[in-house]
Amino acid sequence: MKLTQEEQEMLDGKYGEGAKIALKIQVALGDVFKAERMVPVSRTHVALSNQDADIWFAEKMVEAGAKCRVSPTVNPGFNLEYFQCITTISKKDEEQIRRTRKAYKELGATLTFDCTPYQEKNVPRFGEITAYSESSATPFINSVYGARTNRESAQSALCAAITGRTPLYGFLLDENRKGEVLVDVQAKIRNDFDYQLLGYAVPKKLKFKTPVFVNVPTNPSPAALMNLGAQLNTAGNVPMYHIVGVTPEAPTLEAAFHGEEPKKIITITQEDLEKVHEEITDPGGKIDFALFGCPHFNIDQVKQVADLVKGKQLKVKLWIMTSALTKNLATKMGLLETLQAAGGDIVDDTCMDQPCWEFLYGKKGVTDSPKCAYYTKRRNMQFVIREVDECIEACMRGEI
Amino acid sequence: MAETFSCHKVSEGVIEGEVLVSTDDLCFYLVDPETGKVIEKNHALEGQSVADKILIFPSGKGSSVVQADGMYQLKMTGKGPKALIIRYPDTVLVASSIIMELPVVDKVDEAFYEKIKNGDHVLLDADKGQVTIQ
Repeated sequence: MKLTQEEQEMLDGKYGEGAKIALKIQVALGDVFKAERMVPVSRTHVALSNQDADIWFAEKMVEAGAKCRVSPTVNPGFNLEYFQCITTISKKDEEQIRRTRKAYKELGATLTFDCTPYQEKNVPRFGEITAYSESSATPFINSVYGARTNRESAQSALCAAITGRTPLYGFLLDENRKGEVLVDVQAKIRNDFDYQLLGYAVPKKLKFKTPVFVNVPTNPSPAALMNLGAQLNTAGNVPMYHIVGVTPEAPTLEAAFHGEEPKKIITITQEDLEKVHEEITDPGGKIDFALFGCPHFNIDQVKQVADLVKGKQLKVKLWIMTSALTKNLATKMGLLETLQAAGGDIVDDTCMDQPCWEFLYGKKGVTDSPKCAYYTKRRNMQFVIREVDECIEACMRGEI
Repeated sequence: MAETFSCHKVSEGVIEGEVLVSTDDLCFYLVDPETGKVIEKNHALEGQSVADKILIFPSGKGSSVVQADGMYQLKMTGKGPKALIIRYPDTVLVASSIIMELPVVDKVDEAFYEKIKNGDHVLLDADKGQVTIQ
């Protein structure tokens, strides 16, 4: 790979050991994917996870004196102070989250602790070169904004934040952004939840190809697009999609395919959606809780739940996970008060795949998110997956 | 009679060992770090241990976070593979391997795939871009 003088100096250690390690990793990555050179990035997001490998690498970079040139927003771990009020957090887990916070603070990250930075704090412009890790983020950045990112790992995104650059390959290049498979949606897409199922159903027939959707509604909500991308990338490593007439690189079918013929045409039927729904949900029964916000809910979604529970009493506890910014907004709008009066709550800075939820292990809940159910399999949490209004009805009955 | 095939370095290193072939993609989060056994339901390697093996599989899978964490835990317990031979590199697997200093190659000569079988002993030299069936 051809390096600039500054990059060569960085590799030689002139900008410190941390930057040297980060660039060395990126050069190795660039070599694998045949990148000719590095390009500057103007935004980054790191999928902080508060897991062992995450802390190990973040602390290693802190010890090496690394500072972020392009301050990344970061994913949530868990909100220690909140959970200490409602359950017992072990010494080990407390120590771990404190170390994570400290390491990222020292690296100079922007501590949003939110997995949907593309909705409110880290929003790129069309064509911008960025480095995002987080499975719901990369498809949104590429597809909805038409900005450019590869499907970074948490660590490679942190390297990009430290060096301020990324190797030029993959989805950063025009020719790799074209659609490959035409997805003809014959199923009825009625609401945001149907995009979850659509996103989960498509990769089974796709195998690492970029899909181009036709015959879906032309004015999807931000939540619908977030859901579609999150599930595509969870079920099948798909970091970019096009919707003809909706996403900016697909004004027409021809534009989406860069004037070429689709490699394949697939059809998604109502039966496909029902089948995937059946496969991913746990069976109904008595439930103990409801968990929303995987990915983090935006304010419209918080309001939807608040409107549904207004003046009612839930039989089981309900949590909505969201960003601190959205929680603040929900508080000012009176939505938090409405939720709490019904027996629900909003928890910020928190992911469902964290040890703070140990008090729910072995129990059954409802959620609207297949991604939530997928990643909690290792934590022995069961999830019945339904659309939001059905989840709320279940919360009032205590069963589904 | 030893036979050598060309390959392409993904992550540096020279190592020898016994191979284990998987026809399925692999997520290291679904490998038990205590035993090295694959715990993913219906996986081609379900119940088999990847510990100390040179692992041959098509591609990595799983989120940006869990793949690295799975590999890290295996590295810490010493129950991880010695090296990887893959067909389709993705950013997450490549970045994780480089960071964990696990030797990895791709683009191995097709003739290698026709010859290789479970239990064969190979010498993998990622730096030179060579893999030898011994």
